[in-house]
Amino acid sequence: MSAFPHRHLLGIEPLAPADIQMVLDTADGLKEVLDRPIKKVPVLRGKTVVNLFYEASTRTRSSFEIAQKVLSADSLSISTATSSVQKGETLLDTAKNLEAMNPDMIVIRHASSGAPHFLARHCRSAIVNAGDGAHEHPTQALLDALTLRQRKGRLKGLRVAIVGDLLHSRVARSNLWLLSKMGASVVLCAPPTLVPPGIERLAPVTWRIEEAVEGADAIMVLRIQRERMTGGYLPSPREFFNLFGLTEERVRRAKKDVLILHPGPMNRGVEIASEVADGPYSVILDQVTNGVAVRMAVLYLLLGGSAGGTS
Amino acid sequence: MDAGRVARTLARMAHEILERRPDMRGVVLVGVRSRGVPLARRLAGLLREASGVEPAVGALDITLYRDDFTVIASQPITKGTEIPFSIDGRTVIVVDDVLFTGRTVRAALDQLIDFGRPARIELAVLVDRGHRELPIRADYVGRSLATARQEIVQVLLKEEDGRDGVLLLERRARRARRGGAARGRALARRGK
Repeated sequence: MSAFPHRHLLGIEPLAPADIQMVLDTADGLKEVLDRPIKKVPVLRGKTVVNLFYEASTRTRSSFEIAQKVLSADSLSISTATSSVQKGETLLDTAKNLEAMNPDMIVIRHASSGAPHFLARHCRSAIVNAGDGAHEHPTQALLDALTLRQRKGRLKGLRVAIVGDLLHSRVARSNLWLLSKMGASVVLCAPPTLVPPGIERLAPVTWRIEEAVEGADAIMVLRIQRERMTGGYLPSPREFFNLFGLTEERVRRAKKDVLILHPGPMNRGVEIASEVADGPYSVILDQVTNGVAVRMAVLYLLLGGSAGGTS
Repeated sequence: MDAGRVARTLARMAHEILERRPDMRGVVLVGVRSRGVPLARRLAGLLREASGVEPAVGALDITLYRDDFTVIASQPITKGTEIPFSIDGRTVIVVDDVLFTGRTVRAALDQLIDFGRPARIELAVLVDRGHRELPIRADYVGRSLATARQEIVQVLLKEEDGRDGVLLLERRARRARRGGAARGRALARRGK
């Protein structure tokens, strides 16, 4: 029995391999609650969590909300489209006002990298990063790791290809940190316009998808983020599919028991072919189930115990 | 208590259960993690030998129902509850190694109620060491031990610890019990 040594979950980068292991083990233990006739345990009774989403989200927000309900935390979700943010309130003012209502945790998604870190410096609540700009999306990487570990029994030594829009993808960054920390080997693949400078220092990069998926244990497909495609990154979605889309033919170059992951929402026929998304090697819906378990684990580890206290 | 005594105690408890619940078909055993689970399995085996019917065995992890969750400094890893059968209308016998304050049993009762509506819930423990903080008592007791509050009763089981036995330990470090750190810091050994 040991304490989780962090007050916030801001990213994967600051975590030690043992911390990641602890989140995954906790998620494995908590997953069973979701199969019970009464899917509710009283462990976080009396804790309040605010979900503050400055960007659209279906999966992440609903899975945080389900995790909060299953663990009996009280939660409220604020989406900025219907809040005072529309009236021009700053992030800090919004957070300070929410804090005046004394929540134990704020889960935040924001278009700017570093927004959760900013809140962590100014708020008393525990802060969980649910995606900040192109920086990190730690719970996504954790649920991907949980899915891989369940299917492969380990993370160490796995060969994982991450394919698609690396430039805008916080999912890619969090996964890259997590997989390298846990001893997997990662290959990155994207068109040159979508490769962030310097990333080749963290993992090998290739422009040829055939090369990237060769012998892979798992392929993580990233979403083409049309909402961020403000520059001339791609000639057309069709062109991208022809050169980088994950097709059945390309999947055949990977290991026979390869797993296909996608963080969602999918653009079928752009980064992934429908046959692949719905194919037997696809674990995309497992990822969604595991998303709830991982978020339960994060809530449990950050909200449990008195910070720094003893028994 | 040595291994032989543990075995004889469990055999006697099995017979007491059968005496009170002759029809094993309506009975299920649920062990409290971690040492209650192997104890429940052993009792189920003994009940099969004696009655021909082996009751189903489940496992209960009470971590998520603890009343001190927000007070303890660290978060125990939950290993999950496994009750792969219906408890509705059954007699559920909760099995644990040591009955002490009664708080674990309180948590186990709350959790069981979330799984269904048993006809009856009973409690079987290998050791009752007293010092209850809640109005809870056991229906089947292997052995009652008079203990001082600060002493530690440690049950060892082959499945978890490599050997069977019950040890009565004195605590040296204060605050040690909840952290589990007291294990292995035995100063004295008393009892059999």
